[in-house]
Amino acid sequence: MDTALIPEGVKRCPAWQFILWIGLVGVVLLWGVYAMLLCWIKGLNQTNMNNAYGFALWIWADLAIIALGGGAFFTGLLKYIMGKDQLKNIINYAVLIGFICYSSALLILAIDIGQPLRGWFIFWHANVHSMLTEVAFCLTCYFGVLCIEYLPLVLENRQVDRVPFFHNLTHNMHEIMAVFAATGAFLSFFHQGSLGGVAGVLFARPFGYRTGVLVWPWTFFLFTWSAAACGPCFTIFITKLTEKIVRKKLVQDNVIELLAKIAGWMLATYVIAKIFDTAYWAFVTAPSKGFTVSDFYTGNPGSIYGYWILVMEIVVCGVLPAAILITDKGRKTQATLWLAVILAAVGVCLNRWVMVLQVLAVPVLTFESWATYFPSWQEIATTILPVAYGVILISLSYRYLPVFPQEKELNPMVSPHTPEGRAEPQASPASPEPALSPAES
Amino acid sequence: MFPFNFEWIWDAGHLVFHGGLWYALSIMGLGVTYCIVKALVDTAKGKGAHHH
Repeated sequence: MDTALIPEGVKRCPAWQFILWIGLVGVVLLWGVYAMLLCWIKGLNQTNMNNAYGFALWIWADLAIIALGGGAFFTGLLKYIMGKDQLKNIINYAVLIGFICYSSALLILAIDIGQPLRGWFIFWHANVHSMLTEVAFCLTCYFGVLCIEYLPLVLENRQVDRVPFFHNLTHNMHEIMAVFAATGAFLSFFHQGSLGGVAGVLFARPFGYRTGVLVWPWTFFLFTWSAAACGPCFTIFITKLTEKIVRKKLVQDNVIELLAKIAGWMLATYVIAKIFDTAYWAFVTAPSKGFTVSDFYTGNPGSIYGYWILVMEIVVCGVLPAAILITDKGRKTQATLWLAVILAAVGVCLNRWVMVLQVLAVPVLTFESWATYFPSWQEIATTILPVAYGVILISLSYRYLPVFPQEKELNPMVSPHTPEGRAEPQASPASPEPALSPAES
Repeated sequence: MFPFNFEWIWDAGHLVFHGGLWYALSIMGLGVTYCIVKALVDTAKGKGAHHH
């Protein structure tokens, strides 16, 4: 049915199977859209946010997916600016994942601000003393960069590419992609950092407050660093997951290993910086504000926060994946590679949770108690919505666009009518399409 | 926000924030415009017409 749109020389599942898959994920998407409409029509009373939790599940999801989407800017920086040409085989997917993450972040923000029709106020009536203004500026601009980076991939669709203007446009965009990648890296550095800066400048909340350089608290640098370390890990994780689902090799191991090695060293240096930051905060900054570390982790009835979360974030999801990824054996062994990239992605999400939600849970005045919060179903549904949207966009892109340049080479197609009469050796069980159309062969 | 808006103040904050914003938007706008114009010129010259 849609064979003419599928890239040449690759196999995809039959159209009915694809439509069924999109339909199933679409149900989850519609559930999220329904919750989103409730929030827009009825207002933020649909959430469980309160005076203690002005930032809640949505802002955590925003920060987490922005960090996970960091693979796009960092892989772009490595490929276009630092000349790691091998990464051209994964850059398309990194851009696609980044595009999904950033569009999702903007969608969640559009729900969170309550009145999306006034979303443009932050640009026109900007508060130039706010870290969040910088975030809004850079986030929106960087989403524009991601659209520019994703567009050539869309234009490379087999049918679209037949139009000479689109073919030339794609070619021209590829030629100056380094300019866009550099702009993207510049914007990402600042918005990832400013998201960390938001917690770090809260001098009235000693759990989040950090010292720093000039106007930038240490969390500014740690957030950018962690996004550059864990974003590529998430890209690797999604790539490996996609390979498992479609039962095909899509990217050569040496490409994954190179990205994993760089991400591993980024993660290792980040974790060292994070340990120093935590130690300085625990023994100098917090006591200077009248708190001891135990105030933040013990004696908090009704709260789940304890020392476990600190150990989990820094040791289990920081030191351990870094140790795996910086060793040759760790990267080359599939089980440990999987473990490391999953732990790194969980670790950065946990870090954002701590810096958004635990910050708000900790009491700051003697008569206050630990604030508790559990999201409403509308908040949960709208947070799952981007996952469904991401799955659909990845499915559509994988089916119709040449996302993986090495796919053809790694999965060569042999005509079913070979002299020996043998069937295609690489025919995947997930791709039961029996034969190629004349256009594909 | 532009300097001719009534809210604009000539201070470091406005210059850095809005300067950065317009700088990034300019690069993106100029880059995309260059690609589109060059693609139009290339197409008019018949480039890319027989790549299939």
